[in-house]
Amino acid sequence: MSSEAQTIVSEAPVAAPETKSMSIIVTKGSLDWAYPPFILATTAAAMGLPVTMFFTFYGLPLLLKKLDLQLTAAGNPAMKMPMMGAHMGLPNILTAIPGVDAACSKMMKNLMDKKGVASIEDLRELAIEAEVRMIACQMTMDLFEYSLDDMIEGPELGGAATYIECATQADINLFI
Amino acid sequence: MADHTLDAKGLNCPLPILKARKALKEVPAGGTLEILATDPGSVADFEAFCRQTGNELVEQSQDDKVYRFLIKHTAA
Repeated sequence: MSSEAQTIVSEAPVAAPETKSMSIIVTKGSLDWAYPPFILATTAAAMGLPVTMFFTFYGLPLLLKKLDLQLTAAGNPAMKMPMMGAHMGLPNILTAIPGVDAACSKMMKNLMDKKGVASIEDLRELAIEAEVRMIACQMTMDLFEYSLDDMIEGPELGGAATYIECATQADINLFI
Repeated sequence: MADHTLDAKGLNCPLPILKARKALKEVPAGGTLEILATDPGSVADFEAFCRQTGNELVEQSQDDKVYRFLIKHTAA
């Protein structure tokens, strides 16, 4: 046994007492669901809050170097897009046709671009610039066979305990 | 006359706020930043942003569809 004493120092950033902070658990990776966590994280950071994002399950691929986010109208009766002066949804049965999801995703991206909505790639870049702390769930990395080499620079690896420690310090904890 | 002007016209939430935050960093303490935006949500958002960050929203006006905000860099 080593006689050297070891000091374990927590790496979690400690905010000043008056500073509010926020954490977000990111669990979904479709185009539409990717927006709320990145919008809230970048905005909170811009308002001076230290922010931590914990990427788990289908949220984890949002850290991949190359994103090609898709959405599906299947099972989403609220997804109605403005078209020819009306709002049109897609019956579930049509969403099963090959190519329909890709077409819907492309339409949504075009619509977002037209309306001045940032891309997820841009928001992610802004989050990194704003020093948002990003934790990649180690268990999900193992489960879906990803390595940090597949991911953008910046995320650290962690598990439930890493997140809980962070959440106990944060004033706002969101699960998205 | 503002020290800096940020043209955020055509940008949607949260880009006007994110760009304003970046632009404010370039404004010396006591200086002012003028922001032009077309996002109607930016009215409530810049008020909240200033309350939260401690910067002063000096002026706010609207000319047709363009909203103008004048923020004084007063926060640390």
